[in-house]
Amino acid sequence: MSAAAQPARLDAQGPAVVFRDVTVAFGGPPVLDHISFSVAQRETRILLGPAGVGKSVLLKTANGLVRPESGSVLLLGQDIAQMKDTALFPMRLRTGMVFQEGALFDSLSVRDNVAYQLIQDRVPDDEIDERVREALRFVGLEKTFSLFPGSLSGGMRRRVAIARALIRQPELLLYDSPTGGLDPITSTTIIELIVKQRDFYRTPSILVTHRLQDAFTMCTHKFDPEKDGMVRLPEGHADPNTTFLMMNEGKVIFDGSLHDLVHSTDPFVREFLE
Amino acid sequence: MAFETIDKTAKQILLTVQDYALFALRAVSNLFTPPVYWTDFILQSDIIGVGSGMIVVFAGFFTGGVLAVQSAATLASFGATAVTGRFVSMSMIRELGAVLTGIMVSGRNASSMASELGSMVVTEQIDAMRALGVDPMRKLVTPRIFATVTMLFFLTIVADFCGILGGAAVTVFMNHQNGTQYFSEAYEYLHYPDILQGLVKPLCFGFIIASVGCFYGMRTEGGTQGVGRSTISAVVFASVLIIFVDLLISTAMVSIFR
Repeated sequence: MSAAAQPARLDAQGPAVVFRDVTVAFGGPPVLDHISFSVAQRETRILLGPAGVGKSVLLKTANGLVRPESGSVLLLGQDIAQMKDTALFPMRLRTGMVFQEGALFDSLSVRDNVAYQLIQDRVPDDEIDERVREALRFVGLEKTFSLFPGSLSGGMRRRVAIARALIRQPELLLYDSPTGGLDPITSTTIIELIVKQRDFYRTPSILVTHRLQDAFTMCTHKFDPEKDGMVRLPEGHADPNTTFLMMNEGKVIFDGSLHDLVHSTDPFVREFLE
Repeated sequence: MAFETIDKTAKQILLTVQDYALFALRAVSNLFTPPVYWTDFILQSDIIGVGSGMIVVFAGFFTGGVLAVQSAATLASFGATAVTGRFVSMSMIRELGAVLTGIMVSGRNASSMASELGSMVVTEQIDAMRALGVDPMRKLVTPRIFATVTMLFFLTIVADFCGILGGAAVTVFMNHQNGTQYFSEAYEYLHYPDILQGLVKPLCFGFIIASVGCFYGMRTEGGTQGVGRSTISAVVFASVLIIFVDLLISTAMVSIFR
């Protein structure tokens, strides 16, 4: 899984995710209120908004962890809104998700956490070890192979969670506030990993964050394999495949590029940016 | 206002019973369709069965001893201390072996299941499992229920055996009675319906312990405080339900094998 060894995935067709008029409510007022948007192949959508507006719920609706009351959710071409659980599990195998706090299994080692799907698939142990080491090398944590999550720092746990999400080379990646609660240096390390993933595999993804700095860094930087790090794009340039969604009170109030975002006249967007 | 509160509470109780019934049904039906996680079943059997072995041995032994002490004192006034063995074996096999083991395992394992699964819910590990394409009901709940039912059956037999031994120890060493007479009484008056009654109960109790523990664990809400609440609810409801179901089974069995 090293950056130089693998080509970007360019074979998939059609949007990875389409939300059509989706409403989610948990027996009260709607958390998601008639949401519509799509994520194209090779596109990274950054979902912005203050805490508690339904960003995480939207992310969990995208892979069927939360079921909508109305509307349709097309995941990799299939409507999952009313799909049975038994049919949903194979669909989720094609996606990768990084949770807010990592959500690593405490009782399993880093190796078993990262290899969780491979173990369920009964992949031979030697192959599992090899693929786990590759995934951990990708996130710069090869030495944690035999450790348990309890002995890792918050940032390391997120990186292991990213390795776990990437190990099966998913067709869609969902990041739920991967830098939430981390210090700026560790946040930058995580964002660099996400940019590396984006620029190398071009996997369509949705990234939830309320940190503008992370969002802008993703848009204005690219991964340089030669330097093995992030470099800034020339002044005035932004990654064309990285676009923004902004939510407020369960509704999408902005959908567009970085340029559109910074020039938006919407009072809430202005207030959020300023 | 009071009527509204009663109405709301009644609806909540009904909803919880309905949720529990659906939860239990799904957990059992998972056993008949693939994938079945046999490795987890063995792991849980070790944790529940082997892990509870010692407490069941001691609890059974001391309960048998107490039964012998109390019954011998009462029976002495009728000049019937010779039937102590019969009294102890009947009480242990028909009733106390299963109920005591159930209550002990409930305190140990219903609480651990509720807190373990509850912690996994609040730290999003259950969601992570679902996102990784694994059904938590199949992976976590079904093996626990199946393992508890199986292991409680054997633990009850161990408790019965230890209880009779405990009664024998008290009868022989403290009451200075004949050991052969004790065991002869304990064995001779035991019939198949008694054994059947004693072995049907742990199957039901095992199901109650694991299903209630997992049910409360999986519906945990409200962070670490919620985990505490789920644990308490699991132990309380499992213990009360065990005693209630014991009454039902005893009534049914006694009327069938009258």
